[in-house]
Amino acid sequence: MSKVRVLVGTKKGAFILTADGKRKNWEVSGPHFAGWEMYHLKGSPVEPNRIYASQTSGWFGQIIQRSEDGGKTWEMPGGEPTPAPGDMPKGESNKFVYEGEVGTHKWYDGTQHPWEFKRIWHLEPSLTDPNTVYAGAEDAALFKTVDGGKTWQELSGLRRAKSHLWQPGAGGMCLHTILLDPSNADRIFIAISAAGAFRTDDGGKTWKPVNQGLKSLYELPDPNAEVGHCVHRIASHPSRPGVLFMQKHWDVMRSDNAGESWREVSGNLPTDFGFPIDVHAHEPETIYVVPIKSDSEHFPPDGKLRVYRSRTGGNEWEALTKGLPQKDCYVNVLRDAMAVDSLESCGVYFGTTGGQVYASADSGDTWNPIVRDLPAVLSVEAQTLP
Amino acid sequence: MIRVVLPFHLRTLARVDGEVQVEAGSPVTLGSVLDALEASYPALRGTIRDHVTLRRRPFVRYFACKEDLSFEPPETKLPDAVATGDEPFLIVGAMAGG
Repeated sequence: MSKVRVLVGTKKGAFILTADGKRKNWEVSGPHFAGWEMYHLKGSPVEPNRIYASQTSGWFGQIIQRSEDGGKTWEMPGGEPTPAPGDMPKGESNKFVYEGEVGTHKWYDGTQHPWEFKRIWHLEPSLTDPNTVYAGAEDAALFKTVDGGKTWQELSGLRRAKSHLWQPGAGGMCLHTILLDPSNADRIFIAISAAGAFRTDDGGKTWKPVNQGLKSLYELPDPNAEVGHCVHRIASHPSRPGVLFMQKHWDVMRSDNAGESWREVSGNLPTDFGFPIDVHAHEPETIYVVPIKSDSEHFPPDGKLRVYRSRTGGNEWEALTKGLPQKDCYVNVLRDAMAVDSLESCGVYFGTTGGQVYASADSGDTWNPIVRDLPAVLSVEAQTLP
Repeated sequence: MIRVVLPFHLRTLARVDGEVQVEAGSPVTLGSVLDALEASYPALRGTIRDHVTLRRRPFVRYFACKEDLSFEPPETKLPDAVATGDEPFLIVGAMAGG
């Protein structure tokens, strides 16, 4: 029978939740890297037991960890002791250095501010090579490793896409979304808060903003600006990589032409502010969001935690509430904290800032908490295992 | 041998318990001890000081013989008691509340 492994990054460590295909009884492993902020963990699609993790700390900086056994044991790639006297130590797996002139971006006060590396928000392993991984950084940049995480190089062409106009939101200027096109190895989509969405069609050498149709009425002096939009998350279905769904700061958006243009599909949502968005594993027009009251009040409206599902690719939404708290709930669900598995029926998972991880084994119809009392959840990924 | 005390999280990263000992040559300076520490424990590179600039990370402090050496340059000689191993060199994470 198939298994599911859910990788949970929290403010104080990582947790690994496993269950068989029924997804009723869960084993909880952790905390791994106790006390560290675990921004993201993700397994290689081609070698699922190889998992990469972003471990970070305000004190000690960025660490990249790698597991070869599904998260039981971990190593820092290249971080082993010097093999023989005279050999130079490497330990460069946590070395993220911007390429060339560091350059500047827009600061809160409108002045230009130099790029400063802070952390890795998101790791996206290659769809075909277990040693290749993309990493999204704050301050926003895209890095790539081709040696399993030992060394990282910036794909600096991205920062030539009008980056002097990018600016940090309150959460920092982070590159948080990396979508690899399964039908075209040279095409990658990324998203940055607060710069917008960008696309490369040449493997990361050159990039263009793909934000036409986004409107930021209260965030930007020009609501239709080419860059500067606070994109919170983008998702797509592997069978239709040119169809993108976006949760923006405000507004849920859709593109049917690989980001060339966007249209709003917020429809009947109670509020179109939110962070995560995801797509059903088997139904490319079924999408999920978690509406949050507003940019000033990061909790569900009316104290009711509701996932909203659209089976029509947007505009028409239904509230999914069965098993979720419907009173006195004031948690948030962060942008990387929702995932789906690929079992039949599709499993949907999300984690909250209150430390709950909820699972649905029936595409969202009903929910159960896997765990209730973890540290604040930063990220959730689901792996479907044979 | 120089005795170095690491904060909890760096001991975990380096996979060591308690103090570590490093050979730092002569004279024993702030920089030579950190170089020797990173050579013995590459996992610590970038966690105490920046990979490129080698500047101390803002929330890390260096103490020795009841002195705060955090703001001293790398060529600063460490006290004799540290050089002889009688006293440890402390790498400390800044206090945080909440």
